[in-house]
Amino acid sequence: MSDHELDARNLLCPMPVIRVQNKVNQLQAGDILTVYCTDPGVKQDIPAWCRINGHALVGEPEERDNDIILTLRVGD
Amino acid sequence: MTKQYKAVSLISGGLDSMLATQLVLAQGIHVEGINFFTGFCVEGHTHAIRKHDKNKVKRNNALWVAEQLGIKLHIIDIVEEYKNVVLNPKHGYGQHVNPCLDCKIFMVGKAKAWMEAQGFDFIITGEVIGQRPMSQLAKRMPIVAAESGADDRLLRPLCAQNLAPTLPEREGWIDRAQLKDFSGRSRKPQMALAKSFAIDDYAQPAGGCCFLTDKNYATKLQDLWQARKKRDYELDDIMLLKVGRHLRPTENFKLIIGREEGENNYLSGYRKQFTSMRVLDHEGPLALVDGTPTAEELHLAARITARFSQGRDAQNVEVGITTDSGSAHTLNVQPLPADELPKAWYV
Repeated sequence: MSDHELDARNLLCPMPVIRVQNKVNQLQAGDILTVYCTDPGVKQDIPAWCRINGHALVGEPEERDNDIILTLRVGD
Repeated sequence: MTKQYKAVSLISGGLDSMLATQLVLAQGIHVEGINFFTGFCVEGHTHAIRKHDKNKVKRNNALWVAEQLGIKLHIIDIVEEYKNVVLNPKHGYGQHVNPCLDCKIFMVGKAKAWMEAQGFDFIITGEVIGQRPMSQLAKRMPIVAAESGADDRLLRPLCAQNLAPTLPEREGWIDRAQLKDFSGRSRKPQMALAKSFAIDDYAQPAGGCCFLTDKNYATKLQDLWQARKKRDYELDDIMLLKVGRHLRPTENFKLIIGREEGENNYLSGYRKQFTSMRVLDHEGPLALVDGTPTAEELHLAARITARFSQGRDAQNVEVGITTDSGSAHTLNVQPLPADELPKAWYV
């Protein structure tokens, strides 16, 4: 298990979701991915994408400065 | 043990693909969704940049539909490959710059490649005969199946009974009798079917799900091609066409002016790619300068930007200008009076 980060700032949905999807495809089950975004839509879309594809959101989306930060654990 | 057949469904986020998928799921088929991002997609979030749309649900409808159906959804970035569809459509454009038939052929072709790579058996679309003028005419539906290469592995559950039986129907993977015979532009059969599935919340985009069918957007795209003397685009170009007021006072440059705080924030993400300007001594929008204005034209751009600020009635205002490389200077300008801003500048 390892920790990873992804910069999806200044991208409009669904691009952050696509970037997350493509990154997760390279990761192993149990890996942690932290995503930095600016489009408020990710607060809906990344959790929805996680739910339908079997990944787990760790905690709530966090807002810091102008960033929206989401952390997820890759599912099986 | 009987084989579990698997289908990939083109999910747009609208009602038709949702119903088509549900009809197939109801027959015990394993379905996964595929959604293509072309860059021209009308996304709730694009609208949600603007304040007046903040009451709208900020959701991606394709993801939402997949969740309602309980299926996986794969979102595929086809921005680069899609350029050829937009720029060189074999079957031409619809009313604006919408290459609907080529688009459908391309997407079904991509779905076929995905189906083969993933070991799936057939493809589902929400197409209905006669519903859309360009891509869903009865005579054109066989073109989609043939030119995409999907042939008889392309199932249109909502109008299947009006078409020749496809492989999944002939082989008995799916019961044709449980599919539908919808045709035409009426939405009543879909609404009744939605009710029978207890689906009461779904997206109903007035102009479809693609900006290329939008007259104003098409005008901006054609202006971009004309100004650059080249029919081409990058993703940033076509995203920016969705945001702000676009004014082209001369051939040399265009101004993109944020209309609201959300748009200003979005445009500010492009300050390293464009010269940007903002009135410093009054509240006002962020403006991006696309092109290569002369010093005189840059002065005009500053006056226009000032026109859209709270300082529009002031004698003079300070406009801060930052180039894409980060060097900054200010111009002291008289805001352009309303009667000196011709409507023809609006793209």
